[in-house]
Amino acid sequence: MGTVRKIEVNPITRIEGHGKITVHLDENGTVSEARFHVTQFRGFEAFTKGRDFREMPEITPRICGICPVSHHLASAKACDAILGVQITSTAHKLRELLHMGQFVQSHALSFFHLSSPDLLFGFDADPAIRNIVGVAAKFPEIATKGIMLRKFGQEIIKTLGGKKVHPWHSIPGGVNRSIKESERDSYLKEIPTMKGYVKDALELVKGYLQEHKDEVSTFAPMKTSYMGLVADGFLELYDGDIRLRGARGRIIDEFPDWAYADYIGEHVEPWSYLKFPFYRPLGYPNGSYRVGPLGRLNACDDISTPEASEELKLYRQAGEEGIVHDVLYYHYARLIEALYGVERIEQLLEDPDITGSDLRITSNELYPEGIGVIEAPRGTLIHHYKVDESGAITDVNLIVATGHNNFAMNKGVEAIAKAYIKGDDVPEGVMNRMEHLIRCYDPCLSCSTHAVGKMPLELSIVDNSGEILRKIYKD
Amino acid sequence: MAKVKLATVWLEACAGCHMSFLDIDDRILGLLEKVDIMYSPVVDAKEIPKVDIGVISGALGNDEEVHLAKKMREQCDILIAWGDCAVFGGINTMRNFMPAEEALKKAYVDTVSTVNPEGIIPGEDIPQLLPKAIPVDQVVKVDVYVPGCPPDADTILWVFQELLEGRIPKVPAEMMRYD
Repeated sequence: MGTVRKIEVNPITRIEGHGKITVHLDENGTVSEARFHVTQFRGFEAFTKGRDFREMPEITPRICGICPVSHHLASAKACDAILGVQITSTAHKLRELLHMGQFVQSHALSFFHLSSPDLLFGFDADPAIRNIVGVAAKFPEIATKGIMLRKFGQEIIKTLGGKKVHPWHSIPGGVNRSIKESERDSYLKEIPTMKGYVKDALELVKGYLQEHKDEVSTFAPMKTSYMGLVADGFLELYDGDIRLRGARGRIIDEFPDWAYADYIGEHVEPWSYLKFPFYRPLGYPNGSYRVGPLGRLNACDDISTPEASEELKLYRQAGEEGIVHDVLYYHYARLIEALYGVERIEQLLEDPDITGSDLRITSNELYPEGIGVIEAPRGTLIHHYKVDESGAITDVNLIVATGHNNFAMNKGVEAIAKAYIKGDDVPEGVMNRMEHLIRCYDPCLSCSTHAVGKMPLELSIVDNSGEILRKIYKD
Repeated sequence: MAKVKLATVWLEACAGCHMSFLDIDDRILGLLEKVDIMYSPVVDAKEIPKVDIGVISGALGNDEEVHLAKKMREQCDILIAWGDCAVFGGINTMRNFMPAEEALKKAYVDTVSTVNPEGIIPGEDIPQLLPKAIPVDQVVKVDVYVPGCPPDADTILWVFQELLEGRIPKVPAEMMRYD
């Protein structure tokens, strides 16, 4: 057997979690395979066994400090199902308000804090300035908008849940607090400013995509199926059916969230703590698909709020038969969702129900099983609990948003490695391109492995006997 | 005056402490006038350089995290433990009541959606779990403890301000929280 070599990038930076990339070279120095490894595992599915199910909406947000609200809400929905209750209209809207606060803050973080440095300075820029601090120095206005948009979302979360990170608001059967009229009014006043910030960011991204058409169309191109929740065909983030749309626009399947296990399986690879979900009828890897902003905007027919709907029409002009595949469009899609988030916050705050006091439905019955599915900022999130007659957890299954994109992230990294790497000569810009590919998916790797894990990135060059020839970014 | 050099790392945790740091919002711009972030999940440096202040958020749950904690200790003068995971081990320690193998088997073999007929447990090219998740000071000396899940943004900023004034801070009762 000839010499095989492996390049390692570790840590991957400016992503939310811990990971590394290895690039495998054959005897001629040609890239044979690239792998994106998620390096942490924490074991939430195992260690929650025996806990009272009512604790889950407080325990599971600790999976992720970036989108704790997603786990909080998916968990609360699973608990509602165990109680067998349908929550009140006010509780439903307050939960959605909390969720929209999170979408705005999380999408702002992904775009402004983590990804905008690459777009503003370029992939080949000096790594010392290619970060949010560099953006603050060179483009202070953009940095400030990002900070204030994120703050707007975080403040809504704090108002409802008492804290910005790991809030406590949803309880099985409802929520524990309404919103006061004075609070409502102060957020309503900020809506026009926040819409303006999102629109400025949209212009920035559209300009970038326009000016870098070649880079965009050759940046790890791939066509996949797409998954997202929909309600009557519209984009839905809190409660809907799971839709899978094919690469050419056909709706492959649409099923209720509680039936997920019949449709979604998870494949395991020995080299990553992150599993690989797939659509069961097509098997692995043919049944792989993508989720998150790009996936959702492809899966839905339209968006229910007017300004985001208009923007979606423009966005779809870049697609084939209305389906947008290019991974750098994730940023554009993410900002359209941020606009939807702000518009939806406005609609919810203007709804008289939102200040209601009918917050909770109680029940003395326990059903043996509950499933809660929502769209987290990064994609479809599934919590599934089984309990005994006392309410103690007997079984937990979590499928987290980032996991669904695992296959695509791996194939994307491999495409970039194949396009740019020959031998163990790896220019800095290539490393950063591979990292940016990962950043497009905005992976939340602490979520992904719920996770004993973390995600700096390591690139190692490995030869075909498995020996590491060179590691980059790591001692 | 030369800027104070800062490195922050996120080990076995949820990222919430770093999010709480970002929740100082626009006050970060003032902080950046006095502090250079040399290494952190939000910047691109891949190795921890020599710094004045090092921050660890998260517990230690695998061999790589132990390595990084030691490295951070070597490279910094003052080491801060941010958050309940770094200070106490936090939620990660819930797995300490079972063998690590059992937790792995549950996640990668037994859940209802896992399709893994060969029973593969990940472990190739990725860090190996410690038998138990442990707080940072079981491996390296910690100088400043900032508990909380996460510590409040105001508390995180206050700690930096104290250090910039040349004092080793001890978080006062009114800023201390554990939730």
